[in-house]
Amino acid sequence: MIATESLSKRFPRVTALDRLSLDIGPGVTGLVGANGAGKSTMIKILLGLSPATEGRAEVLGLDVATSGPAIRERVGYMPEHDCLPPDVSATEFVVHMARMSGLPPTAARERTADTLRHVGLYEERYRPIGGYSTGMKQRVKLAQALVHDPKLVLLDEPTNGLDPVGRDEMLGLIRRVYTDFGISVLVTSHLLGELERTCDHVVVIDGGKLLRSSSTSDFTQLTTTLAVEVTDSDTHPDGTAALRKALTAAGVVLHARVEDGMPGAGHILLLEATGEETYDLVRDTVADLGLGLVRMEQRRHHIAEVFRPGPEAAATQPQEVRTR
Amino acid sequence: MSTPTPQAETRIHNIGYRDYDGPRLGRAYARRSLFSQSLRGAYGLGRSAKSKVLPMILFAVMCIPALVVVAVAVATKLKDLPLDYTRYAIFTQAVIGLYLASQAPQSVSRDLRFKTVPLYFSRPIERVDYVLAKYGAMAAALFILTASPLLILYIGSLLAKMDFADQTQGFAQGLVSVALLSLLFGGIGLVLAALTPRRGFGVAAVIAALTISYGAVSTLQAIAWSTDSLDAVPWLGLFSPITLIDGVQTAFLGATSSFPAEAGPGAGQGVVYLLVVLALVAGSYAVLMRRYRKVGL
Repeated sequence: MIATESLSKRFPRVTALDRLSLDIGPGVTGLVGANGAGKSTMIKILLGLSPATEGRAEVLGLDVATSGPAIRERVGYMPEHDCLPPDVSATEFVVHMARMSGLPPTAARERTADTLRHVGLYEERYRPIGGYSTGMKQRVKLAQALVHDPKLVLLDEPTNGLDPVGRDEMLGLIRRVYTDFGISVLVTSHLLGELERTCDHVVVIDGGKLLRSSSTSDFTQLTTTLAVEVTDSDTHPDGTAALRKALTAAGVVLHARVEDGMPGAGHILLLEATGEETYDLVRDTVADLGLGLVRMEQRRHHIAEVFRPGPEAAATQPQEVRTR
Repeated sequence: MSTPTPQAETRIHNIGYRDYDGPRLGRAYARRSLFSQSLRGAYGLGRSAKSKVLPMILFAVMCIPALVVVAVAVATKLKDLPLDYTRYAIFTQAVIGLYLASQAPQSVSRDLRFKTVPLYFSRPIERVDYVLAKYGAMAAALFILTASPLLILYIGSLLAKMDFADQTQGFAQGLVSVALLSLLFGGIGLVLAALTPRRGFGVAAVIAALTISYGAVSTLQAIAWSTDSLDAVPWLGLFSPITLIDGVQTAFLGATSSFPAEAGPGAGQGVVYLLVVLALVAGSYAVLMRRYRKVGL
């Protein structure tokens, strides 16, 4: 779908992309990076709107430097910022955008009705966009990117500004864009966590450099590190130690003790979850010991963690990660 | 409700996602679509009822004097129209100015303000297509506004059985003149409107540019005339859009100048007028192209 070869983009003051080589296949691919990591620059180059300083890039097998219009006919783009005029209805707006993509008038109207239904806009599509909620606006933005049935859509921060429920709905919709519609997706975000659940493949860039490119199964190995915190009780004055002993006896792999550096860090146990059973085991063990379970959560990790060469290193030195 | 209905009778089918295998008509089609959408938009068509009010009123105001002239000419069996075709736009310049000030910002400022422009440029059309479509639509809208009353005059003159050759020539000259006017005014209006995403500023800028330049030029011309320096009058006319059109049509289209003492430019000065008009049209296009280089995505 997308291939880049030592792609660089330099502005007078900053280097937005630095010799980036990628090969992205069909499916849902996440492009993760902090603000200013070069995600938007990357999208502009892929759409053939901004020439690369060095290197080359191909989208759908077409060179971005020479086949910009052909690429833009078969690719959809959803910008990060607001882009909807408030005084027209979603239907009118999307029909117009469909025609701008080259669809004949009748096809534009049919595809608009279909696409708006697929993104979950029904009767409200005849009302002016100005009265829509943020979630509905995001759906219209997605619909205009899909209306011409592209082979690939580039979604720039589609979950921006949404509440947790809206976020989940949007992520589910993005997943469906590939599974049900057969359209490959490149979605950017600065949150690795939400992309893990949605994407088949995650590419992490920082400062224009490629940090990591791997399938999400690699990342989920990382997230199966569980952090558990328990209270002390009269029978077990040191609840953490008692739980550690009990879990070790039950055969759970425990990671090194979390060192000082954060308040309460000494009370957190890090252990490897091999599946659903581990959660049940921890719950039962804590209950048997008569301790209070303060928290049990998947360790969240920051983009910086991906600097580490592999999941093993991150797992064996969790304290270092913690203090970053 | 108590008995379950057989499944076969009522069933909702989810037809799922359908691919699109039909034609994709590409850049030229998209440019035409944008042109017609912008042209319709300039008269409020395809927009809310509220936005139809002003352009339609202005269109009516433009046409009413022509209808009155025709009515009078037919009723009193005049031999010639009391008003030249080329003079009509000069008389109604305030209406044209108002129309431009109201519609040029709605054509370009909306896309800038609501950041819709990147959506266009992420599609097959390019900057040049966008600028050409918007410029073409604005000029076409102005042409419809200024040529319609001329058409009314022409039809009326034929109904009143005036000299056919005479009237046809006058009508043709008038059409050329308003075509030039449409290009010139459309360009100036769009450039001023595209400088700011705020619609109000765009409206004010267009009105200010047209009235201040015309006010200054006609005042200076009047001063030049009263101080017996008639030579300066035609040169001063180069500095406002409407006097430029006046000059060009005086020099080449058989119009009577509305300058003081009818001191319009001769053929030599007329060439300068024409060159300035063409330079302004080309300049407007170039400025618009530059402007959209910055805002594209």
